[in-house]
Amino acid sequence: MATQGPIPEIDDPTLDPRTGEYAVIAPGHTFRSVTQKIAGIVLTDNTPTAWLGGLFLAATVAMGVVVAVTWLVLKGVGIWGITIPGAWGFAIINFVWWIGIGHAGTLISAILLLFKQTWRNSINRFAEAMTIFAVCCAAMFPLLHVGRPWLGYWLLPYPNSMNVWPQFRSPLAWDVFAVSTYATISIVFWYMGMIPDFGTLRDRAKNPLAKYAYGMLSMGWRGSTRHWIRYESASLLLAGLSTPLVLSVHTTISFDFAVAAMAGWHTTIFPPYFVAGAVYSGFAMVLTLAIPIRKFYHLEDLVTLRHLDNMAKVMLATGSIVGYGYGMEVFMSWYSASHWEFFMMWNRMFGPMGWAYWVLILTNLAIPLTTLWSRKLRVNAGYLFFLSFVVNIGMWFERFVIVVTSLYRDYLPSSWGTYRATKWDYMLFIGTWGLFSTLFLLFARFAPMIPMSEIRTMLPAAKLGNGGEDAKTVVQEAI
Amino acid sequence: MPPREGVYGLLAEFNTPDELVHATKLAHGAGYRRMESYTPYPVEEAAEALHFHKTRVPLVCLLGGLAGLTTGALLEIWINVWGYPLNLRAMPLFSWPAFVVPAYECTILFSGLSTCFGMLALNGLPQVYHPLFNAPNFADGATSDKFFLCLEANDPQFDLVETRKLLERCSPVSVVEVQH
Repeated sequence: MATQGPIPEIDDPTLDPRTGEYAVIAPGHTFRSVTQKIAGIVLTDNTPTAWLGGLFLAATVAMGVVVAVTWLVLKGVGIWGITIPGAWGFAIINFVWWIGIGHAGTLISAILLLFKQTWRNSINRFAEAMTIFAVCCAAMFPLLHVGRPWLGYWLLPYPNSMNVWPQFRSPLAWDVFAVSTYATISIVFWYMGMIPDFGTLRDRAKNPLAKYAYGMLSMGWRGSTRHWIRYESASLLLAGLSTPLVLSVHTTISFDFAVAAMAGWHTTIFPPYFVAGAVYSGFAMVLTLAIPIRKFYHLEDLVTLRHLDNMAKVMLATGSIVGYGYGMEVFMSWYSASHWEFFMMWNRMFGPMGWAYWVLILTNLAIPLTTLWSRKLRVNAGYLFFLSFVVNIGMWFERFVIVVTSLYRDYLPSSWGTYRATKWDYMLFIGTWGLFSTLFLLFARFAPMIPMSEIRTMLPAAKLGNGGEDAKTVVQEAI
Repeated sequence: MPPREGVYGLLAEFNTPDELVHATKLAHGAGYRRMESYTPYPVEEAAEALHFHKTRVPLVCLLGGLAGLTTGALLEIWINVWGYPLNLRAMPLFSWPAFVVPAYECTILFSGLSTCFGMLALNGLPQVYHPLFNAPNFADGATSDKFFLCLEANDPQFDLVETRKLLERCSPVSVVEVQH
């Protein structure tokens, strides 16, 4: 254990001498230096060439979405690999995968705020941005999967001339409410968090257009104390609302499966196991984004090794819950004494697509859950970057295994089929990576990636009572 | 309507939150009430010095949540029981456990939106013009690294000379007159 026992002499200035842990923020920063560092990324006149190159690449890949969706609208969902019995296919796999990725952002912004985990401040903003962009990619899939996306508004309850209303006993109707609420509240929380930072950008912008745009976005924020107190109150309330919301969203998505009477889906462990898997893949995606960003924009002082270490620990914990979920599925397929459950598990492991199950065991459990115990590896940015891809591949295969293996060989052997994704499935899926990257690159260039106001509260200069009449309270705190 | 011309107030600039809190307490003690402090991040002690506690944001959130819960639940019950009754698997029309999730999501949606927009409304935002933006040191420091206290001219105690003297006793970086 890194924090126990006498700590040897530490020369590394990034280590906290009291605990031996890496400091959350590297020493030597002032209010002004933090402001300059973060605002400088946005307000610079020199757009980095690498950023332009990245945007070009990402936007090119995102064209895959345009092409695939256009063709889909012209021809119908028959161009996908979905058939009967495997009617869900890539659309639902990708939907669950993307929305799961989004969950880490809300966990960081809401749950860790309620738990007073101040280290979250540095990674909070771009994790929230990641959530919103992941939800954008996710929401596309079920909408296209309904077949006639231009009639997507039929999902909502509204008075219409057909005199038809949604059927609220179906989890698919619950999904509409859960995902749309999640997207709305995430955007509101994200934007509200940026208002003070837009104020900072407005005050520091030299370019009149930037000054005008950030001035409008900041809504005239001027840092008034009464405003701050209401703002903090609203932040805490939104965090308190988002915490059950994020848990409910993946729970509802797991109900899409668990409420159906399919072998392998009809289990009570699905909600917690889906939520843990969502957080697991989400933190992997935060690492995928944070590691190159801190390197490229030289933000190692603000997104320190402590953050990487902590995120790796969250992955270790949620990965273990996911591992427990896999174990329990296997156990229940035996303990249920149900012929169908037993066959489903056998088919999942050793059937024609059994390789997918072993890929998921390797990438979700075998590689991360053995190596993340090592502190050396948890603070090794290169290794974590590699691992984040491994875990997200694993989490995609988890959804593949759940969706496909239960469907393609169900109760009646005469109706068995198989599932093969087509090039349109792949094009749309890969296109969403491009869409996600494009949106994220635009965010990194035009919005403050790290919440400046929250970082300021963590600096030593923000501590009150360096003298004067407030010294008494500091003494009391120390006791 | 407060006067729209002339002096808005006197703005004192401080380098540390300690000095700001000290000055705020002093001004409050001297009887000033129409005043406001400005900080680059939330300073709770500054709000205490202003004797500002009640935000009313939680109340707005609660009302929004109740409105959402009522809307969601009534919508579902009306649709499934009266508007478009369907006999599915012989379930009762009023099968309330199935209605929990959408009603819950509506609660969160309404309370979240009312919290955010309620906070902005209580703060009087958006307000793109404010007299303080006329002070050059305010624009440079208020959202970055400086702490400001503004004693406003519409306070009955306000007097250009006396108020300035009071503020200067707190050793500010500067005290400037802000025009409307």
